[in-house]
Amino acid sequence: MEQVHVEKLQELLNSFADKDVYLHLETTNGAYASHFNENVFNAGAFIRNIVVKYELGKVAGDSPHRVGLKLPHGWVYAQGITHFELDEHGRLLMAGHDQAGKLAVALQISETPFTY
Amino acid sequence: MEFAQERHVLVVFPHPDDEAFGVSGTIATYIKRGTPVTYACLTLGEMGRNLGNPPFATRESLPHIRKQELLASAKAMGLTDLRMMGLRDKTVEFEDDEEMVGMMAKLIEETNPSLVITFYPNYAVHPDHEATARAVVRAVRRMDVALRPKLYGLAFANNTMEKLGEPDIIHDIQPAREQKMGAMRAHISQTAWMLEEMDKRLEAGEPEAENWFTYERFYTYRWNEDFEDTF
Repeated sequence: MEQVHVEKLQELLNSFADKDVYLHLETTNGAYASHFNENVFNAGAFIRNIVVKYELGKVAGDSPHRVGLKLPHGWVYAQGITHFELDEHGRLLMAGHDQAGKLAVALQISETPFTY
Repeated sequence: MEFAQERHVLVVFPHPDDEAFGVSGTIATYIKRGTPVTYACLTLGEMGRNLGNPPFATRESLPHIRKQELLASAKAMGLTDLRMMGLRDKTVEFEDDEEMVGMMAKLIEETNPSLVITFYPNYAVHPDHEATARAVVRAVRRMDVALRPKLYGLAFANNTMEKLGEPDIIHDIQPAREQKMGAMRAHISQTAWMLEEMDKRLEAGEPEAENWFTYERFYTYRWNEDFEDTF
């Protein structure tokens, strides 16, 4: 993955607009967060291979960026996006890595289903 | 403490690398003695957060990398019966509980172990660890008492010592030091930072780091304090 280049990422987001796409969205602070620090409230969410069709996708702000998708009847957004790549299967992978390099958020868009 | 003589050892954990820190010395020791060992690893650690800094892996490429690491770890331990069970990381507790028990019962039926090693329910911290431990305990509980294999649990919750006391099974794994080091290094995508720290500590002669390569500790499952009455 490479660090987000806003224009490049914006162009990629545009290329998936107005199509049925499979979505992966994940936020996490790790299963051990409250094991290592009992003051941490461990929250996260995960959704994979949900089909959406967005009419507008936008990357906003300085790094770490926000990425939002406007749907006909709703929204998807992710906060903390630092890296992106179009992988060898033509899938747009976006991720936010914290200071230690650990993944904190992922937003991925693909025209074909992600594996299981 | 001497290793007990076993007919077959079945190890069940949810993540590649779960075996490395806690039981790879034990696995390698049994294999050296000619005792067959089966390691069933339920997921490929698809949801791991360590992707390198700068990242060398993505959410989608991570399982491929971790599968290779798992194979390398098995090789380091001398393990030939490695079973990848095809579940997804962080979803084990959401699988159908009865199907999970069935998966474990089938593994036990196929391998006929005299010893099963997994996590200790309620002391295993990660939801996948807990779900794995519950399923194994349930499968063993359903067996005729006389036919049940021994069951060792790994426990590392913060309240373990307070609630369970000292582990009753302590394996001296020093002769398997190289194999354990190999297993830990095999999972480099997940252990790089920890290993760097460990090397420093080993160099400094810190006893705690040396501990990884000295003993592995387990709790024999306490059927008289079962985590649930029935399932």
